[in-house]
Amino acid sequence: MAARGGHRTRSGRRRFLRDAWRLAAAAGLVGLGLAAHGRRVAARPAQALRPPGALPEREFLGACLRCGLCVRACPYGTLRLASAVGPVAPGTPYFVARAVPCEMCEDIPCVAACPSGALDPALEDITRARMGIAVLVDHESCLNWRGLRCDVCYRVCPLIDEAITLEPQHNRRTGRHTLFIPTVHADRCTGCGKCEKSCVLEEAAIKVLPPRLARGRAGGHYRLGWEEKAKAGRPLVPGLIDLPDRLPGGGP
Amino acid sequence: MRRVPGRAAAEARGRLAAHRWLLARRAAQLGVFGLFLLGPLAGVWLIRGNLSASLVLDTVPLTDPFLLAQNLAAGHLPEAAALLGGAVVLAFYLAVGGRSYCGWVCPLNPVTDAAAWLRARLGIAGGGARVDARLRWALLAMVVALAALTGTAAWELYNPVSIVQRGIIYGLAPAAAVALAVFLFDLFVVPRGWCGRLCPVGAFWGLVGSGALVRVTAPARERCDRCMDCYAACPEPQVIRPALEGGGAPVILSGLCTNCGRCIDVCPQEVFRFGTRFHGRTMTAGLPGGREEAT
Repeated sequence: MAARGGHRTRSGRRRFLRDAWRLAAAAGLVGLGLAAHGRRVAARPAQALRPPGALPEREFLGACLRCGLCVRACPYGTLRLASAVGPVAPGTPYFVARAVPCEMCEDIPCVAACPSGALDPALEDITRARMGIAVLVDHESCLNWRGLRCDVCYRVCPLIDEAITLEPQHNRRTGRHTLFIPTVHADRCTGCGKCEKSCVLEEAAIKVLPPRLARGRAGGHYRLGWEEKAKAGRPLVPGLIDLPDRLPGGGP
Repeated sequence: MRRVPGRAAAEARGRLAAHRWLLARRAAQLGVFGLFLLGPLAGVWLIRGNLSASLVLDTVPLTDPFLLAQNLAAGHLPEAAALLGGAVVLAFYLAVGGRSYCGWVCPLNPVTDAAAWLRARLGIAGGGARVDARLRWALLAMVVALAALTGTAAWELYNPVSIVQRGIIYGLAPAAAVALAVFLFDLFVVPRGWCGRLCPVGAFWGLVGSGALVRVTAPARERCDRCMDCYAACPEPQVIRPALEGGGAPVILSGLCTNCGRCIDVCPQEVFRFGTRFHGRTMTAGLPGGREEAT
């Protein structure tokens, strides 16, 4: 190479260093641009769910080889490979629950097919998958909330009575009926999306969201009085005065 | 009239013989993608996955070592299957020449070859933006640094090589736009710009190629009559000179040679042929540090 022969002389060495700086600066600028743009691209939209066992998003994007072997292994055509345009990182697998939900195969073929570990092989029990968490995002349009017995999301749930239960509640509109409120239990929900897929409304009232959107979290310092009381076996504040209960409307 | 590289060889040896390696490469490129498409199109799953990672006959894993390097830089230690696949692929290209990937497999090679061909046909002279061919090394370093800094394989958001090969195998149409962009870039902006100056994937394979076994040799270089057809046809013309005109062994040792064999095809004097990197060294083997002389 000319540069290698050249930098034996002094001016040659100077030129080599100058070129090296220029090239490094050019590549650095390109890198900065890609990094800045890439951060925006890496923000995955909420409806795009990762396959079961996927590492947390950032680690997933560092581990996934973009080979699509999981997509090929999926027997239900649930998984798709993201294309070069669109909001999901190109070449990575995802699914949209409302289109085709995860059927929760017991042998988890997508995880078995993953060569890189981006889908964690430690996931052996599909009910422990956490692809997302179902949330009844709009109770105002939910038919059960309106007093009807739709129940579809509850019926199709692969973990019926565990991940979704129907909680009875008084129907104040009629005054004499019961509402059966679909209630998701996040510690059991796998995020398979069957409920969202099956919701009979034009736009699903129940949707699977990534955990970061679906869950709240109390501060680490929060203590629940009744739990602490049970733990201690006695009231934590001694000599509390028991005030008389007053009813609304200023009764007796 | 402008001299068209390859015409003299075609007159000397016939059109077919003067395009032997070119045809072999196109067959290889079609063959690779044909094998991958046999599964989804005909239900014959000889190979699953794509060029990034795949599984042959449901047993042998193959992994792109450049992707593995990005994963490792991002702080993820891949599973054994992926690592084994990387070792298999690396061993293969250490044998057949690192940038053989570029010349014989990469789907962008026909695209940039077409751009170079059209550029010559239309007489779009030299010109365009000038880009230092060493920029690819800096970009290669940048890709690895980007993975380390972001903790993700960030380059894979943009890598046209993987986007296009994936697009072909999985039928993702937008990849065609990416291929078109590379074509137009090579045609109008920088001649041989993508593969020859920028592509970090090619730079990676160039590193592998600098130790590879199969190389183009020039065993009959004394027959060379300086017609310059090989330089005109070669996508990396700077690699030829040391083998053809240097005092060293008549072997193209640069890792940037793609082993495409165009020089073998277009040479009317039949100067070149495929050989190994050790060609011409036996004559003076054992001369410590000395430049090996070929006879």
